[in-house]
Amino acid sequence: MSKDSQGPLWEVFVQKKAGQPFVHCGSLHAYDKEMALENARDLYTRRSEGSALWVVPAAAIVASSPEDIGPFFEPANDKVYRHPTFYQIPEGVKYI
Amino acid sequence: MTTQEALFKYTLRLSDTSLILAQRLSEWTSKGPFLEEDLALTNIALDILGQANSLLEYAAKTESKGRSSDDLAFFRNEREFYNTLLVEQPNGDYAQTILRQCLIDNFDLLFYQELAKSKDETLAAIAAKSIKEITYHLRHTSSWVDRFGNGTEESHTRIQNALNELWRFTDELFEMNEIDEVLLKDKIAVDLKTIKPIWKKQVDAILEKASLKLPETVFMQTGSRNAKHTEHLGYILAEMQYLPRMHPTAKW
Repeated sequence: MSKDSQGPLWEVFVQKKAGQPFVHCGSLHAYDKEMALENARDLYTRRSEGSALWVVPAAAIVASSPEDIGPFFEPANDKVYRHPTFYQIPEGVKYI
Repeated sequence: MTTQEALFKYTLRLSDTSLILAQRLSEWTSKGPFLEEDLALTNIALDILGQANSLLEYAAKTESKGRSSDDLAFFRNEREFYNTLLVEQPNGDYAQTILRQCLIDNFDLLFYQELAKSKDETLAAIAAKSIKEITYHLRHTSSWVDRFGNGTEESHTRIQNALNELWRFTDELFEMNEIDEVLLKDKIAVDLKTIKPIWKKQVDAILEKASLKLPETVFMQTGSRNAKHTEHLGYILAEMQYLPRMHPTAKW
């Protein structure tokens, strides 16, 4: 098997139940969209992990780099007023 | 032939077909073209083995002569197996395995949709459970037939060769004998004559989309309804039955 015979990389997101967020669960190789979706089904949902799937070409994901931590995320550390902790959350709200 | 005898033999025909196909597909495990596809085909093999298991258990129960499903699987000889010739054919290259599976998936989906309406409750229940699995298998294999057929010159040649090789085993899928006649009267069996034209139409559509042509002159093979097989079945059974025959009391 030659080194590049597995096709491009795709990232897989699984939704456990309708209404819940899609959670990243891993990656796979596939040559096209249909194959990526079928492979995701076979690799990541064979033990009833989900009810919906997203597959995204890994190359389409734009990621921040470790050097960005300072300018990107640290300015938020001293701004507690941005957290929704100053009002009551109604009972029964699970995902916020 | 009593209904009970016919039902036993009919169930055996279905279970043997699933069992030998599952055994064949399992040969690919750990040797697939790449990791993801290896798992996909192994999943398919496992689904089909599950179907074989349910059917064999029902066959053993229907026969009621004290033989278990394991006895039926591991202690019968070649001339006592009723699987179709198509499923025992060698895997060949991946194109050949995929094409064989696609032809079978098309047949199985139609067959089990009809069997789900059977007056026999157990067969109907096994069929109903299998339909979803087969629907997925068909989606997977028909997308691969399309990729091979419309891929490179080499992939096209390989899957066309597979079609030329395997087409002669397809007529036999629809053969009916006394077993079918007895069970059709009781609305237990599927009338294979009615699903044949639908199967042909669906397969034609997949082949056309994949730019494939049916071979022109083909001598259709026959035999499995009378337990007459190609030379390949004996080798499959030798591998599959070796352990339980060498160590009949062995346990997992």
